[in-house]
Amino acid sequence: MAQVSIPDSEVDIVIGAVQSDLASFMEEWRPIFSRYHLIIVKDPDLKDELKVPGGFNVNVYTKSDIDRVVGSSSTTVLFSGYSCRYFGYLMSRKKYIISVDDDCFPARDNKGDIIDIVAQHVSNLTTPATPFFFNTLYDPYRKGADFVRGYPFSLRHGVSCALSCGLWLNLADYDAPTQALKPGHRNSRYVDAVLTVPARTMMPVSGINIGFDRELVGPALFPAMRLAAEGKFRWETVEDIWCGMCVKVVCDHMGTGVKSGLPYVWREERGDAVESLKKEWEGVKLMEEVVPFFQSLRLSKAAVSAEECVVEMAVAVEERLGPVDPVFARAADAMVNWIKLWKVAGTRSAVA
Amino acid sequence: MAESSVSPTPLLKDELDIVIPTIRNLDFLEMWRPFFQQYHLIIVQDGDPNKIIKVPEGFDYELYNRIDINRILGPKASCISFKDSACRCFGYMVSKKKYIYTIDDDCFVAKNPSGKDINALEQHIKNLLCPSTPYFFNTLYDPYRDGADFVRGYPFSLREGVPTAVSHGLWLNIPDYDAPTQLVKPRERNTRYVDAVMTIPKGTLFPMCGMNLAFNRELIGPAMYFGLMGDGQPIGRYDDMWAGWCIKVICDHLGLGVKTGLPYIWHSKASNPFVNLKKEYKGIYWQEELIPFFQSATLPKDCTTVQKCYIELSKQVRAKLGKVDDYFLKLADAMVTWIEAWDELNPSGGELVLNGAGK
Repeated sequence: MAQVSIPDSEVDIVIGAVQSDLASFMEEWRPIFSRYHLIIVKDPDLKDELKVPGGFNVNVYTKSDIDRVVGSSSTTVLFSGYSCRYFGYLMSRKKYIISVDDDCFPARDNKGDIIDIVAQHVSNLTTPATPFFFNTLYDPYRKGADFVRGYPFSLRHGVSCALSCGLWLNLADYDAPTQALKPGHRNSRYVDAVLTVPARTMMPVSGINIGFDRELVGPALFPAMRLAAEGKFRWETVEDIWCGMCVKVVCDHMGTGVKSGLPYVWREERGDAVESLKKEWEGVKLMEEVVPFFQSLRLSKAAVSAEECVVEMAVAVEERLGPVDPVFARAADAMVNWIKLWKVAGTRSAVA
Repeated sequence: MAESSVSPTPLLKDELDIVIPTIRNLDFLEMWRPFFQQYHLIIVQDGDPNKIIKVPEGFDYELYNRIDINRILGPKASCISFKDSACRCFGYMVSKKKYIYTIDDDCFVAKNPSGKDINALEQHIKNLLCPSTPYFFNTLYDPYRDGADFVRGYPFSLREGVPTAVSHGLWLNIPDYDAPTQLVKPRERNTRYVDAVMTIPKGTLFPMCGMNLAFNRELIGPAMYFGLMGDGQPIGRYDDMWAGWCIKVICDHLGLGVKTGLPYIWHSKASNPFVNLKKEYKGIYWQEELIPFFQSATLPKDCTTVQKCYIELSKQVRAKLGKVDDYFLKLADAMVTWIEAWDELNPSGGELVLNGAGK
């Protein structure tokens, strides 16, 4: 299948800076990132000056910028910690956004070549997804692959891919209990596949390495699920897991696809899983409620756009999960506020 | 929490049968000898029963040709296809073992990326012995594999998994394409080794290929009927597809898992695409009706055994697919005949001894 070539100008790379010194991060990514426009959002809680090397086409947003757009009372509520990246999603006006955590570096594939994660995410997003029937040779649009015998022909044109979830070598995205129990555990397995996550199948979307089509699902990626004890390490967050499930419901409803697999990034050690374990296992406990809720969630025919889907979901969250734990009621509020914010600050007519 | 396997994979040599349909010869077994020799083989000889199929020395096997099938099943033999590898399911029925591995006679040992021979059977056994995770997708694929685990966000209550009923392996070299794709891409070869095993999520259908397939016969055996194909039938090359859709609906209903991915075998022979097109032609059209049928098929709560599920499915096939073509009425009948034959040959609490030719 012919690959669609996307101009670099349609891509934004959004980095949420939860550490202030981005020098080595940016230098490592320079060969891959330098041709694109970058948006770096500094965690509003970070006190130190942000260090960003020169030679990049970059917009940096800090607390004062966020305050100006959303009002200072909302800044910390919505955009502190890992969630600062969502401000970048809000400000971007590009069709495709690629986002990685600032403790990730370029990885090498099984041939030893550096992986261009932007090219791979864009490829995933610009080739169709196939959520209605599983292809046993994985992504049929990859070179050297195709649909297998028995794959219905009417389903072979696929649907648009809205979200591309990448993976991690070295430190995989495990939760604190898993990592604490297996401190030496490193992911060294390079799985050379991209596949579409089937319709109505839920999954944990990791925000560490993603790409998405902002035009299709931008409004559905938001900072809503903030744990009471949320911290500055990935083990202490579930904001991405929450919005990943929201996005999946939206995609299933709108008939767009979600892919998972390549590309890989190399994720470095940061923090201590055992320390994170000492905090309350709030996120782990909440998942038990969250998953059955999303698995059974169905949106009405009236929800046509991503914004309408999110608003409907927020109502369902409020009604069905609100009574379970106050964090859900807050999440529902945040979702509603996000859509309001998106309409004001996130749409084409707004001025960044 | 998933634990990395420290102990070697059990051989299961007295618990697993290898079922091989053949019409030509079994020379391919020489290459598999290091991995297969300890196991009992069930050879289902298709085509001319007078032809002598030579089995390489040193293998323990039973062999059934058409005459045997007719003798053993009597009038019920009508459900077993003739002149099509679908006849292999007779082997599943007569086996007395807990696990079945089935492989085509043009499939050889493949090498992994480091050049080592792949013991496909060992990988299938690993897949079958550890749980599946159909209710939530793990982005690092099989969490029970050495070096992998459940990712952040995976609910702990779902980490025990469910029993695995089916392990679906893949193929390097000649990919399993349909005839139209083969005609358009005659030179395409599958050279990509994807180092993953994964559970196919609940509610998702897939095209099951019978070339390199293992299953837990006790959990799902009666649903592994490979349909009416070949001689006298309007369709071929949809045997494994049909079985795959049936088993997936039933596994989803009974809470069993289906895995796909490793192991790879080396598929050496590309069948003639024009011959394939003739066989598949009707299937390509019918598929468009079959998929929505299976996607929306539901089984009542009182279908608590595989046989009950299968009989119920056969009723739905008759009711809803009969109008697509009369073939499906015949197939619905054959599905019932198959279950009757299965239950006759596999009475609970008893063991029938059959006389297949062989040692």
